[in-house]
Order: sequence, then structure tokens, then C-alpha cells
Amino acid sequence: MSDGRHEGGRDASPDAAVDFATFVDLVTLYQAYASALDARQYERWPEFFIDDCVYRLQPRENFDRGLPLATMAFESKGMLKDRVYGITQTLAHDPYYQRHVVGTPIIGRVMGLVIEAEANYAVFRTRQNELSEVFNVGRYVDIVHRTSAGLRFASRICVFDSEMIPTSIIYPI
Amino acid sequence: MNDLRTSELDVWPPGAGVERIPFSAYTREDLYQRELERLFYRGHWCYVGLEAEIPNPGDFKRTRVGERSVIMVRDRDGGINVVENVCAHRGAAFCRENFGNRSDFTCPYHQWTYDLDGRLLGVPLMRGVRSDGVVHGGMPAGFRREDHGLTRLAVARRNGVVCASFDADVEPFEQYLGPDVLRYFDRVFDGRALTVLGYSRQRIDGNWKLMQENIKDPYHPGLLHTWFVTFGLWRADQKSQLLTDVHGRHACMISRRNEGGSGAVTKGVTSFKANMTLHDDRVLDVVPEPWWNGPTVVMTTIFPSVIIQQQVNSLSTRHIQPRGPNAFDFVWTHFGFADDAPDMQRRRLRQANLFGPAGYVSADDGEVIEFSQQGARQRPGGVSVVELGGTDTATRTEHTVTETLIRSMYAYWRRTLDV
Repeated sequence: MSDGRHEGGRDASPDAAVDFATFVDLVTLYQAYASALDARQYERWPEFFIDDCVYRLQPRENFDRGLPLATMAFESKGMLKDRVYGITQTLAHDPYYQRHVVGTPIIGRVMGLVIEAEANYAVFRTRQNELSEVFNVGRYVDIVHRTSAGLRFASRICVFDSEMIPTSIIYPI
Repeated sequence: MNDLRTSELDVWPPGAGVERIPFSAYTREDLYQRELERLFYRGHWCYVGLEAEIPNPGDFKRTRVGERSVIMVRDRDGGINVVENVCAHRGAAFCRENFGNRSDFTCPYHQWTYDLDGRLLGVPLMRGVRSDGVVHGGMPAGFRREDHGLTRLAVARRNGVVCASFDADVEPFEQYLGPDVLRYFDRVFDGRALTVLGYSRQRIDGNWKLMQENIKDPYHPGLLHTWFVTFGLWRADQKSQLLTDVHGRHACMISRRNEGGSGAVTKGVTSFKANMTLHDDRVLDVVPEPWWNGPTVVMTTIFPSVIIQQQVNSLSTRHIQPRGPNAFDFVWTHFGFADDAPDMQRRRLRQANLFGPAGYVSADDGEVIEFSQQGARQRPGGVSVVELGGTDTATRTEHTVTETLIRSMYAYWRRTLDV
């Protein structure tokens, strides 16, 4: 389906390496992010990003074909905060649990304080009185900055394989 | 089971008009089969796509008409063909990709090959296999390739939009829409080149008609959708108009944005958030475009298969693909115009956050459609009460405090389905 030209992050160059402490920091960032969302602590979600950030949840078909449309597309921490308000105060929906399973990150280029990395993810949805189901499957394509407060996402693009979104997506992935 | 072709189905509550919709309209398998036959496969045009999706000769898009898989393909001379994705030999749905480019179509099973217009070009071993001077097998002498092409659909192209029909006798597309709906169709699609911005696909566990009804229902947006009522994008105190074609099957909801804020229409409405402000209001950075000619929103439902959305600067087609009575796929194609400046394209993409499967004013439409389907399934004898604004089926209304468009659709539906 894909010509693979956007799969660049997989080809970690030989000199792409970070020290062990940085790798642990990166894994911790990924797990803390997933844990906050699974725990429904949505107000923590924007704080994993720098102020001038990008967050996109994008179908793989659009990503691979270079089509810009995303299912969610935010360009600042302010927009992330607005999404949190949107999901907690404005969107009527059937409540559900999310459970993220995030793979070990693969490191791409490292340029000073900037790390490019990717990780596979699977998100399960569990509605009340229903069986758990596979909800959204894909990979994170990330640019992470080392800041004085620790590692933060400058950009997180969730590129999902799932061809159909079941009903709707309310919470962040 | 009743004979689906002729008999009247006993569905509607005795004596009730279209202001009462029986829940079984959303759940009965026999009704659904009749809908496929009479609405999706006969007498109606169904949306298949935009010409901009297949700009070059050989470009194709796989999509659906009703439940049937079809291929929209650009011919070598620039024409557009729509053929059914079923091999004339053993019935294999041979095309397995949503988009691509081919010089011809070959079914992988026995390599039957078709031209881009569906004509059968090649049949392997058609003349048999000669061995030791004897011809073994092959097709009979009377076998003619021209009798075994792909099923071709009638095609209507208008200003970059492509519709198709399995019914060769379907009326001309312009007549099908009627002059009033056509005027609003042409307002968006006036012949300018389009740019496809991308797709969203969702599967909703509800009857396909509930999606048509959702966009024929101007009652809910200012109540369900906080963003519409709070920011004045759609609410009952706006200057608005509703219209239908002469049959009542297609409709336009036309309105003009106001300043929002509190007023008579927000009293007691819990979704109205008087103090809501955005940290980053670029999502609502609306810039009027000359071609709007006044309205800031026109939502057009073309029965049975597509919705055309213009909501401020965001444009999309929303394709309804039924999957049995209890589910449908909903495919969004967002687009802009080829001459959009970069900042206008960015604006369309930002405003797309309002729409689609995660959109601030669309995610919950899918949710409530599922709630309705669940209610209909648990109470087969129940009815839906649709009498806001009376019981009539006006073709033109100058306000939005009415469910007349839903009633109009059901009046047409009952006539067409003999219900």
C-alpha cells in the first residue's frame, strides 16, 4: 500500500546513538505519557510538550501519500489545552477506557538537544459493559527536545494503520 | 418473506404520518434490502469521488455504491469510467487497492484482462492448448469477449464531482438534483480545480439513514454541539433557510454565522459555555470567501449517499456506505481549491479539527447515532417523534426550528419503497 518513503525513522543511522541515561529518559517519557492518558489525567497531557509544539493524529494513508489532513492537528500547547477542555467539557460521548501499549523507541537522528525517535503503539478501547477491542494501532513519529525541565515533545505525529476509526476518537492517543 | 419487488411492507404505524418514524425503519433486514435495490442500485445517483483524486490516465480509486465495490478510473482520453469490481469470469473482486494507476485491469485468479473501460481484452488459453497436433480445451467457438466485460455504471460528472448509477435509465444528474439544490451544489463546485487534502474513515454502528437525518436536522447543532452554540457557528437565532428538491429527498441547510454569546437560544442549554475562551483561537480563524455570497454554512444532503459540507472555510464530501441495517462506513474527503494561497489551505486544515471522527462538532454525531440505533434495536415497535415545526413537509423554510427536512425525506422514502 505504501511506497515506504515516509518510513525514514526506521533507518537509524549507525552513528545515531544516545547514552544510556538519555535512552532511559526517553523510555520514561514515553511510558509516562501513556500512563497519564490511560489514567485519564488529561490535564497532564499538554505538559509533555514544549509550548511551540505539533501534535497530529493522522491516518497512514494520508501520511504516506503526503496528504496533509489529520484527524486531529494541533500547533501549540494552547491548542492541546483547548482539546482537553473539549473532551472534558463539550463532547458528548460514550465513556471508554484507553490502554496504551507502547513499544521500545528506536532512535533516529540525534542533533545536539534534539532527538528523533519512533515507537509502535496499540491502543485498546473498553466501553462499559463491553469487551475490550483494538481501537487504534500505529506508530509515534517524534521529535523530542532536551529542556531544562527534562525531555519534552516538540512534535508527536501518531500515524495510525487502522483503516477505520470505530465510531469516533475523543481522547488523545 | 414478502416479494421485495412489488409488495407493500407493513412498517408504518397505522394512521401515522411522517412525523412518526417507526424504529423498525432502522433495523429491518427486508427493508434494508429494498433500500439497496431501490435507492442505491436503481433510479438514483451515488457519489463515487472527485476528479482531482484521479488526475492522470490510468489513475483509479476503489470505492462503494451501496454495498457494491466499484472502481472509478481515468481513461486514456481523459474520460472517467466506473466499473464494478467483480471479474466477469469467476466473480473475484479483483481490485484490492483503494488507489493506484494501471494501464489495464487483470484479475489475478485466471488473468482475465480488462481495458480501463471494462471491455474484456484477454482470456488466457482461450483457443486451447495444442499438443501433439491436437487442440485441448479452450473456450467454445461461440465465446465472444465482448459479451463478458465488467459491469459498467452510468457516470455523471459535474464540475469535478463524479457520481455513478447501476441504472442506465436514471434521470440526468442536473434534473436529479433539481434547480435549487443544484444552485448550492454549483456554489461549492463551480468548475474551479480542486485539491484533495486527505481522508478520514469511520465505521458507525447505526443505520445509514441516521446520518442523512443528522444533516437534515437543524435542531441539534445548537444543543449537542457546544462549539456551534458558544461561538455562533450554528444556532437557532441565526438567519437561515432550509430547502429541498421537489421530491423532498435532497436538502440544503443554509445559515449565516452570528456573534454567539448568551441569548434566548442559550437559556437552559447546558452545552452553552458562556465563559469558554480558547487558548489558541486559530481553529476559528474564519476568513470569508467571495464565493460564499452571504451564507457562512451550507450543508447539502444528496440522497442517498453523500453530504457536501461547507462550514466556514472547511470543505468536505462525506460519503455514506451502508453495511447492513445496523452500520455504515463514513468516508470524509476534505478538499480545497487549487488556487488557494498557502495560508488559506492551512486555515482549512485547522478548521478541520471541528469535523471528522474526532472533530469538536462531529465526533459526537457518530456517538448519538449509535445511541439512537441501540434504542431502536431494543424496542422494535417504538417510534421516533419528529414534529418540531409541525407535521408538514415544506420545500422551503425560513428558520431552523423545525424537523421538516427529515419528514420530507421519509415522505419520499415511503413512496419509493412502498412502505
